[in-house]
Amino acid sequence: MAEVTLPPRDGFRLSQLLYDARYRSLTIQVVAAMLLMLSLAWLVDNTVQNLAALGKDFSFAFLWTTAGYDINQQIIPFSSQDTHARAALVGILNTLVVAFMGCILATVIGVLAGVLRLSKNFVVSGIMTFYVEAMRNTPLLIWILIVFAVMTEATPQPRDFREGGGASMILWDSVAISNRGVFVPKPVWGEGSGLVLAVFLLSLAAIFILRRVARKRQEQTGQQLPVVRLSLALFFLPTLLVFFVLGRPITLDYPALGGFNFVGGIQIRNSLIALWLALSLYTSAFIAEIVRSGILAVSRGQTEAAFALGMQPNRTMQLVILPQALRVIIPPLISQFLNLTKNSSLALAVGYMDVRSTLGGITINQTGREIEGILLLGTFYLIVSLIISSLMNYYNSGVKLKER
Amino acid sequence: MKKSILLGTLAVAGLTAGIASAQSTMEQVQARGSLKCGSNEGLAGFASPDANGNMQGFDVSLCRAIAVAVLGDAQAVEFVPLTSQTRFTALAAGEVDVLVRNSTWTFSRDTDLKLDFVGVNYYDGQGFMVRSDLGVSSARELDGATVCIQTGTTTELNLADFFRVNAISYEPVPVATNAEGQQQYLAGACDVYTTDISGLAATRATFEAPGDHVILPEVVSKEPLGPVVRHGDSAWGDIVRWTLNAMIAAEEYGVTSANVAEMAAAPTMNPEINRLLGTEGELGAMMGLSKDWAVQIISAVGNYGEVFEAYIGENTPVGLARGLNAQWTQDGLLYSPPFR
Repeated sequence: MAEVTLPPRDGFRLSQLLYDARYRSLTIQVVAAMLLMLSLAWLVDNTVQNLAALGKDFSFAFLWTTAGYDINQQIIPFSSQDTHARAALVGILNTLVVAFMGCILATVIGVLAGVLRLSKNFVVSGIMTFYVEAMRNTPLLIWILIVFAVMTEATPQPRDFREGGGASMILWDSVAISNRGVFVPKPVWGEGSGLVLAVFLLSLAAIFILRRVARKRQEQTGQQLPVVRLSLALFFLPTLLVFFVLGRPITLDYPALGGFNFVGGIQIRNSLIALWLALSLYTSAFIAEIVRSGILAVSRGQTEAAFALGMQPNRTMQLVILPQALRVIIPPLISQFLNLTKNSSLALAVGYMDVRSTLGGITINQTGREIEGILLLGTFYLIVSLIISSLMNYYNSGVKLKER
Repeated sequence: MKKSILLGTLAVAGLTAGIASAQSTMEQVQARGSLKCGSNEGLAGFASPDANGNMQGFDVSLCRAIAVAVLGDAQAVEFVPLTSQTRFTALAAGEVDVLVRNSTWTFSRDTDLKLDFVGVNYYDGQGFMVRSDLGVSSARELDGATVCIQTGTTTELNLADFFRVNAISYEPVPVATNAEGQQQYLAGACDVYTTDISGLAATRATFEAPGDHVILPEVVSKEPLGPVVRHGDSAWGDIVRWTLNAMIAAEEYGVTSANVAEMAAAPTMNPEINRLLGTEGELGAMMGLSKDWAVQIISAVGNYGEVFEAYIGENTPVGLARGLNAQWTQDGLLYSPPFR
């Protein structure tokens, strides 16, 4: 009788959960998940109990009550009689404005600084090294305060622009730099200005098409079109032509002194300038390092090959190095954009009315709804960050190495 | 989303942990051996450090008086400087035991914010300060002006109301602290600085040339400033309220830091004074304090009038007249309920 050795089948024992490698990891995960949920439940319960002890309820109804305060920089109209929700919206728009402007300027400065830091010229690379190290090794708040202090203390007051005040407007009396902000002319859209705008947009589209045509032509025939000159002509000529034919429908409203302050024109407040410049300068230092690492990541052989083909250094950078470097640059660049957006919440330090100052500052203070306000604020920043990173990831999927 | 909730609740749990304990505020203060008093981060005359770094001022004196009543030591106070934005959150979260920081008593703060204003130590109103060379004589001429304003205050709301009702425009420049507002105003980044008139006077007193600035005649709001405690601990609220009342009553009955020892030595002819000073009745024990609590307060800190004259009165740089803050017997609003 042949003996058959079957594995022992005496059913499932509880101890197997811990001592059997097949179940152990699952057991640990379930226990960890339960502990996490328990601690979460404890936190929520603790909050609810403490709120009850204080006699406070949890409600978002305060958003629909009258705000009662004014906001200086408004992209959409806002008065003190509007609701807290609208005040939050005004703040959100202000946050988005400074974040958008900051991301663009930071990228421009960052790319320049990053490329220049690799320059063979000792002075240029030295200056850029100093810039990058000085910027990224000091706290952002200090830069915001420095720029703001320079803007308020070193620029003249509006009343100094009066006769004998010692200050004057620049650029043919059209721009005033004062300690309340920079006043620039405001375009006034007269009758027919829509047509001018339409022509301008059409010529932008024409430039885009021209560039595609030129590239295709070069790829097929090797002949180059004078793209730059043609683009410049397309950019200016049609728009200017329509502008003068229609009798100059767009005029400028120049800022002028009136009463206490400049009236007319657009006021770019010091708080916005300080926040924008400081955020851009600070973040650009990090972007410069990312760009530098991206460029260095492209193998030296690529440059040598391009040179061997007789390409100029700047064409090599444009056509060979940067496109490959972008693959390395984009992913860390996303987090710098996210950082910049979230760092804009330091706006309160210079009185810039972003969402942290309206919803997260004055509204919370006037209504006493700390938890609700901070939750809304956190949700807003989370959503904005997710949108930014998904947009950038979409772009990244376009430039990244196509693996087939 | 999940993460932000987690962090939010963590923060809340941390903040409110102090309240969850069953101890009363009085027991906490006595166990700690010091009073945590939320104070202004620096306002001349009301709360500011002297040359030796000791906090002193009109509001500070009330904190010291409470410390004397509860702990018997005017120095047993831990001052927590709070901005106008953080003050109520700090109080509600139990970071301070009492808030004496030029805070205006309003309906919604008393009810919705779950705070208790236990009295008024200074009747104030909101005003405007401008440079005298602007040639402005009334706040109604401020159309188009740029106004520096501390955020998170009642003055911010009054300001909006005042300009809206008078149909004139203005540009608000929000600042976080009085010091920042002062710097912006002096740099000319704003034409007008607005806050409570007492605060304007205190700020102007620290200027290099106070005479170059005028406080406009308009008083655009009622700003009763007073000490604040949390909802829910009435016994503690009583101690703060009657500490303030003891100082006011002492002035009314002529009890000063100079003569209080003499008056408390033996019962006087005035039974009200006797009950206040503990030579008759057991008023201190009713609040869980010693019999001579008021004597200690007055000898260590002084009565209301003495404190007023020492820090913000007409002989100080702040130079405020008693005005509404005189005793009711002298056409003011100070009126302590009877000690009985």
